Amino acid sequence: MKRLRTRKHAVVLNRSVGGDLSITILLGIFGLFMFLPVYYLIITAFKPIGEMFLTPPNFYVIKPTMQNFIDLFASMTSTWVPISRYIFNTVFISLGATVGCLIIGSMAAYAISKVHFPGANVIFQMIVYSLMISSTVTGIAHFIIFVALGWLNTYTISIVPIWASTLGLYLMKNFIDASIHDSMIEAARIEGASEFRIYLTLVMPLVKPAWLTLMITVFQQVWNAGASSYVYSENLKTFDNAINSIISASGTQGAGAAATVLMMSVPMIVFIISQSKIVETMGSAGMKD
Amino acid sequence: MSDNAVAVKDGQAEQPNDPSQKSISRWEYTRRQMKKTWPGYVMVAPFLIMFAAFTIIPVVVSFFLSFTNFNMLEMPEFCAMDNYIRLFLEDDLFLTAFQNTLIFALTTGPISYILSFLLAWFINELSPRVRSLVTIIFYGPSISGSAYLVWKLIFQGDIYGLANGALMKFGLITKPIVFLQDTKYIVPICIIVSIWTSLGTAFLSFIAGLQGVDRSLYEAGAVDGVRNRWQELWYITLPSMKSILMFGAVLSITGAFGFGGIVNNLCGNPSTDYVAWTLQHHMADYMNARFEVGYASCISIVLFVLMFGANLFIKNALSKVGR
Repeated sequence: MKRLRTRKHAVVLNRSVGGDLSITILLGIFGLFMFLPVYYLIITAFKPIGEMFLTPPNFYVIKPTMQNFIDLFASMTSTWVPISRYIFNTVFISLGATVGCLIIGSMAAYAISKVHFPGANVIFQMIVYSLMISSTVTGIAHFIIFVALGWLNTYTISIVPIWASTLGLYLMKNFIDASIHDSMIEAARIEGASEFRIYLTLVMPLVKPAWLTLMITVFQQVWNAGASSYVYSENLKTFDNAINSIISASGTQGAGAAATVLMMSVPMIVFIISQSKIVETMGSAGMKD
Repeated sequence: MSDNAVAVKDGQAEQPNDPSQKSISRWEYTRRQMKKTWPGYVMVAPFLIMFAAFTIIPVVVSFFLSFTNFNMLEMPEFCAMDNYIRLFLEDDLFLTAFQNTLIFALTTGPISYILSFLLAWFINELSPRVRSLVTIIFYGPSISGSAYLVWKLIFQGDIYGLANGALMKFGLITKPIVFLQDTKYIVPICIIVSIWTSLGTAFLSFIAGLQGVDRSLYEAGAVDGVRNRWQELWYITLPSMKSILMFGAVLSITGAFGFGGIVNNLCGNPSTDYVAWTLQHHMADYMNARFEVGYASCISIVLFVLMFGANLFIKNALSKVGR
């Protein structure tokens, strides 16, 4: 039996031992299913070459080594385009996409949520519908549009289409709805503040968790997708592309695992830092019928 | 309040908030509202332009191109329903792709949705510290990009792979199975890996939603005779987070139909005997290799209808829960 305490009094909820036990067991099984592959990836990255070829493979490292990372960096210096260029591209594209999305998205989220203009609901409905289709559907037409605009093979196509992504905007609009009352905005309007000023100085400071969430959803998307597949010039490709070609070129498990560990560490660290803010924002993510 | 100010300034004694009662027409009311809220349009404009250019127009363009023959060089040539007829009646590979897409979507979608909810529910009563650690373990694979390539090491086809090594050690098999090339194993493995990467935004929103359920409801429930946690889940938790359940469903469905990249990277493109060939592969094939843009658009519209239809269907079904 577990007790659920509140400030005023304690109520005993029925919690059977059997239920607790079966939940713990299920949680353990799925926890292992989710965690063991990541664990295996990380230990592979630290395995010396001699331990790669054991049957069955060890689930631990006897002599951990940094050799795989050293090999990885060695093959990076021998790439045709310097690796610093790939890193610059990744940072540039991630920043461009994220900052643009934040400005455009937060402005639209405020306007849709608080400036009750005719048509706001229609726009929001379209945003909800846009969550129902994936980028696969629009890919073909994107190519035609890029050709028409003469954007092929530029940074633009890795950055600008991301500005139209709607998940962060959707979450931010709902968060503003839930956390800021209309009367507060109304008071500011009576004081004579312009809509833009209300957005910038009143609302934005109050919805920092939603910014962070918007930025992170975009950042993860860009970081993991890399440059658009319609970028052909090696100069404009990203770190992700470089690492993938190193993995396929070097062909050793160790360097590949080391590269993957490096790539995944960035979004993981970002998430670990921002987890509580993201969960806070998600609390108002609900979709009304 | 500001509405009244406007009315006084205009010298009229009407209530601008309610067009039905007073002399102004609905249209006139809308026009005034638009005039008053013009900054809203300015603020939403940059987004709308982007949204139109990269979401609405692409869908419309694909729709029109699906009725044409188009190769990017010559002008599109209208061919009515030819593409669709060819797709469903002549293109055997399309039917394979269609079937596989449905199989993948109908397995990974519901499984990942239910798993997201159950796991979020299981960890809900843990202490905040433990909960955030477990959240990282579950959510991690979905944000770590190509980390799923570790499954390639696990299901490696020679004796050095983890699965083969373990199976041989226990004497279940005598020679290694080439998992990622064997038509028997490709689809199940892709489904498992896809589920592994799918505890994403929906999972996080469920955690947040469960935290947001009003505690006093549980107490009231306990007083009113809710006996165990399953009843609590059914009668209190689920109904009070219906809108979050809807949000998660939309994300799970869209993700499940967008399945495809995992297959390329695990099993090669195309997979052995096209066993894991999906609509996405079929579309990319016609688009990038054969330049039959009209035909590829036609496939993308089929995918669009599938995604959208499934989403609307689920949305309707969920909105009936508890009514």
